[in-house]
Amino acid sequence: MTETAPQPKTAAANPPVQALDLGFDARDVVRISATPDVPQPTRQLDKVAKLIDVSKCIGCKACQSACIEWNDTKPAVEDNVGTYENPHDLTPEMFTLMRFSEWVNPETDNLEWLIRKDGCMHCEDPGCLKACPAPGAIVQYSNGIVDFIHENCIGCGYCVTGCPFDIPRISKVDHRSYKCTLCSDRVAVGQGPACAKACPTQAIVFGTKDDMIAHANSRVEDLKSRGYDQAGIYDPPGVGGTHVFYVLHHADKPSIYSNLPDNPRISPIVEGWKGVTKTAGMAVMGIAAAGAALAGFFMRPNRVDEHDEVEAEELVEAEDHSRRES
Amino acid sequence: MPRPLYSEKGDHIESKAPVRVSRYRGITRLNHWVTACSLILLLLSGLALFHPSLFFLTGLFGGGQTTRWLHPFIGILLFFSFLLLFLQLWRLNLPKPEDATWVANIDEMVKGNEEKLPELGKYNAGQKFIFWAMSGLIVVLIVSGVMIWEQFFDGLVSIQTRRVAVLVHALAAVSIILVFILHVFAAIWTRGTISAMTRGSVTGGWAWKHHRKWLREVAERQKPAPSGTGPSGKEPAE
Repeated sequence: MTETAPQPKTAAANPPVQALDLGFDARDVVRISATPDVPQPTRQLDKVAKLIDVSKCIGCKACQSACIEWNDTKPAVEDNVGTYENPHDLTPEMFTLMRFSEWVNPETDNLEWLIRKDGCMHCEDPGCLKACPAPGAIVQYSNGIVDFIHENCIGCGYCVTGCPFDIPRISKVDHRSYKCTLCSDRVAVGQGPACAKACPTQAIVFGTKDDMIAHANSRVEDLKSRGYDQAGIYDPPGVGGTHVFYVLHHADKPSIYSNLPDNPRISPIVEGWKGVTKTAGMAVMGIAAAGAALAGFFMRPNRVDEHDEVEAEELVEAEDHSRRES
Repeated sequence: MPRPLYSEKGDHIESKAPVRVSRYRGITRLNHWVTACSLILLLLSGLALFHPSLFFLTGLFGGGQTTRWLHPFIGILLFFSFLLLFLQLWRLNLPKPEDATWVANIDEMVKGNEEKLPELGKYNAGQKFIFWAMSGLIVVLIVSGVMIWEQFFDGLVSIQTRRVAVLVHALAAVSIILVFILHVFAAIWTRGTISAMTRGSVTGGWAWKHHRKWLREVAERQKPAPSGTGPSGKEPAE
């Protein structure tokens, strides 16, 4: 078994039937949380991407079902929260969620039903990975997939702080963080993500990022020809682009799609915390500790001498006397 | 009896030849050391999550997961332990006019010319700084810490507030470590200080040299020496 599985080019492609080695594995890791100077892999995989064409989505939730089935998660049966969303939010057991919003287009006065499949965007510049304090709990492969390695996760929630899209969820059961894996285990054996494979309208497609961009462009062109002047691609540059990206019919207003951030980026507060605070903080503490140790060894200590003791005895004695006389 | 100005009521002359002055009763010392141990454990577990090069410190606590859940609980312990300490110490740590003179001439202190500085009560301005810095930083740390306590308070504040809290928590932690280093250094550099927190008492010479107003006040109200005519005075109130 020396041949490796090919990188999947489409979501629908059937997997190879013969046994093959993994198409990518730990050797293809380009970034590891809390680990500086990761040795770079010798090969560069094709960048992959999942494209979600919001204009083609019918809100059937087949993607959610496929996600649950493939990842073997058990989302709780919940109550209705007033919308079609079910469960009410992303959870440690639900890595992707159809978000439904009703929006009145001020130009046409039409009610538009906007449905967005929410989940990890697989940022090129992942905020979760930068915030994570546990070495090896979050990795990024050279094909762009950002994956959580659960056995290294400590459940601190720093990834929640780092993520510009509010994606990771910490399990109250095993105290580890969960999110969409982009089906890295499927991609590694030549198959597309489960959600993309299940999508009945091909609103979710998968392939190389280049192919997906080209496909997205043709979709945008089509939408524009049908009156959606502001149709466009949502591949936010603030996080270096993403490996899950959208075609939106109102790309000028991402926030109408259930608060999709207009200009997502890793918060400057998080950058400051994980950047200058970490480095300068260590330096200041190190210098202070070393300085105190050196001063402790070499500085003349502040000693009490015999004279002080005598003074104290005289003082106590004198007070004693004055008290006894009174 | 009115509250003494420069000492606690329980501070007393323990022995006269040589002079030893009681500075902290047993319960206060226990309180101090519980706080100190908590702080050290917090420092080790917190630093492990602060910088990747120190992540190995999680090994002291049995791994990353254990460190993650243990750290906040030690924080709660420290908070309440310090609160008790605070209630015992805050009064004599209030600023006094002589503190300004002391700070203005702090170089004389470093040079060893303490004689040129004003006479002080139970605490000098440096000790007061450490007390108030610890007090303030512990409040900041407990408040920001609860905000980022994923296990029990994950929905308490917005993610944006959590980002601020985690940064504030890190900055306050670095600051309190600096204060802690100063505290330990000062206690060691000023010889004779540590026995105040171990045996509970200091030598008369130490009290004379560093906290003369305190010594004067304590000596003034000492119980009369047993003069062979039987017990003649009441023990000062603890």
